[in-house]
Amino acid sequence: MNLKNTNPTLYYLQRAGFYLLVLVIGVYLLAPFFWAVLTSLRSPGDLFLTPLEFIGARTTFSNYADVFANPGFQRGLIYSLIVAVGSVAISLLLGAFSAYALGRFRFRGKTIVMYVILAVSVFPQIAVLSGLYTLINNLGLYNNPLGLILSYLIFTIPFTVWVLTSFVRDIPGELEEAALVDGASPLQTLFLVLFPVMMPALVTTGLLAFINAWNEYLFALTFTSTNRTVPVVIANYSGATQFDQPWGQIMAASIVVTVPLIILVLVFQRNIVSGLTAGAVKG
Amino acid sequence: MTVKTPVSAAPVKTRGIEAARARTAIWLLLPTLIAIALVAGYPLYRTIYFSLFEANLTSPDQRTFIGLGNFWFTTPEGIGLGFLQDPKWWGAVKNTLLFTVVSVFLETVFGMIIALVVNSAFKGRGFLRTAMLVPWAIPTVVSAQMWAYLYNDSFGLIGRGLLGGQAVLANTDSAIWALIAVDVWKTTSFMALLILAGLQSLPSDMYEAADMDGASKWTQFWRLTLPLLRPALLVALVFRSLDALRVFDVMSVMLGNVNAASTSMTGYARQALIDNQLLGLGSAVSVAVFVIIMVIVVMYVTAFRVKFD
Repeated sequence: MNLKNTNPTLYYLQRAGFYLLVLVIGVYLLAPFFWAVLTSLRSPGDLFLTPLEFIGARTTFSNYADVFANPGFQRGLIYSLIVAVGSVAISLLLGAFSAYALGRFRFRGKTIVMYVILAVSVFPQIAVLSGLYTLINNLGLYNNPLGLILSYLIFTIPFTVWVLTSFVRDIPGELEEAALVDGASPLQTLFLVLFPVMMPALVTTGLLAFINAWNEYLFALTFTSTNRTVPVVIANYSGATQFDQPWGQIMAASIVVTVPLIILVLVFQRNIVSGLTAGAVKG
Repeated sequence: MTVKTPVSAAPVKTRGIEAARARTAIWLLLPTLIAIALVAGYPLYRTIYFSLFEANLTSPDQRTFIGLGNFWFTTPEGIGLGFLQDPKWWGAVKNTLLFTVVSVFLETVFGMIIALVVNSAFKGRGFLRTAMLVPWAIPTVVSAQMWAYLYNDSFGLIGRGLLGGQAVLANTDSAIWALIAVDVWKTTSFMALLILAGLQSLPSDMYEAADMDGASKWTQFWRLTLPLLRPALLVALVFRSLDALRVFDVMSVMLGNVNAASTSMTGYARQALIDNQLLGLGSAVSVAVFVIIMVIVVMYVTAFRVKFD
């Protein structure tokens, strides 16, 4: 702050440099997304225009109308929702049980269980692809959302267990002791005493797991043929002919699947950062 | 609980409670352990098992044991059938490692710069903090399509505008750099978020002391910030490296599954397994990818002594 008085020129030069950096970062982070939104609002013919003309061109919602009229995309949205909600619901339930056990109980083999769960969370998906493919086929779940729900548990369960455990550990023990004294069973303690306290953690963890399941691509591409989720639909979005890439529609579909995520992320901003750091940074 | 002992045996009583609690814990964990065994343990075992057989994906029951033949096998005519003898596999390994090293390095540097900027006080800080979340929230497939459009040689802002109609993605050698740029854009935010969380937990009195001693901001960064951030930074690095090593989405969407097989290890394995229906060979490649990634994890953890809780 002294610099302002001793050398004002240098001070203002530094400030200007700093704000230039802020501007560059802001543009870098947002420009590609902005351009995608813009393209989704322009008619296919305008794609040939120069960037300035393109920005000024007429706004149209025809791409969105086309995308929502596309049966493949409609089904994709529904399947994505079913698969993501299903795998997250199962993971949260199992994760809450496990987190309660790992965060509150002392027993032999606890460290091993923690390491197994951590090891599974770093499993490359490809390592289980052929085993899962044959398993899903044998269960008759190929091209079935249930098959995807099952396979997504491989990354949603370790994540929810890990993050929820770190939350449960931070809950003051008095709550649980009071319940124990009153003669509550462990399950009653979990559902009636800990669940209300864990609510913010469950919401955050669930949201992060939902984002992962919603975005998953490799399993969705491999375990389904027609009942595709949205990432696969968007990856294979094609136009009337093979050589015609309908960029306006692809961008509209992309915006449709992204905007709900962005809104959720912005609403739960603070919780998300704490959820991410609980999951990753426990140095 | 067996609490029929007289009052004098209080320790036995606690042990009984302890044992009961341990049993409860096992019951609580059981559903998770069963689920993990079903979706991770068993499939992993099957993948390793299939890697020793020659089998077709459509008829896994008709398989012939060939030992390590999927990995390395030379016919009497001198033709190498194992994937370790396939130059394309080594190309995929090289490209994945290049992708991982360069993108994780750039993400860390950019993430650090963004985190340091957002951590200082200025007007519009809240906005930048929010903007940071946008690339992170965008699905990988969507980001890949957005950039495929930007790189497009006849419509794209970058492909047509900056590069004058050059098709960057057509050639896998130049494409890998274009893909690195996409990954860096998408995941720098994640790095920045984690580093920022680390920065905000640093004690401010140390910086006050450093100011008193006349240490410049530059010295403070190298002597204070970086060493203190080390644990947070290393865990973030491990997670990002793992993600980058198993990359597939970006390659598949931007280059197609055929070229993804020569640029990503996962892409190569998936092509063998699904597109070519070679259950044994595909499983063998998957095992190799698994081993490579696990070795790198162990190297990271031992070299940097990363502690996970």
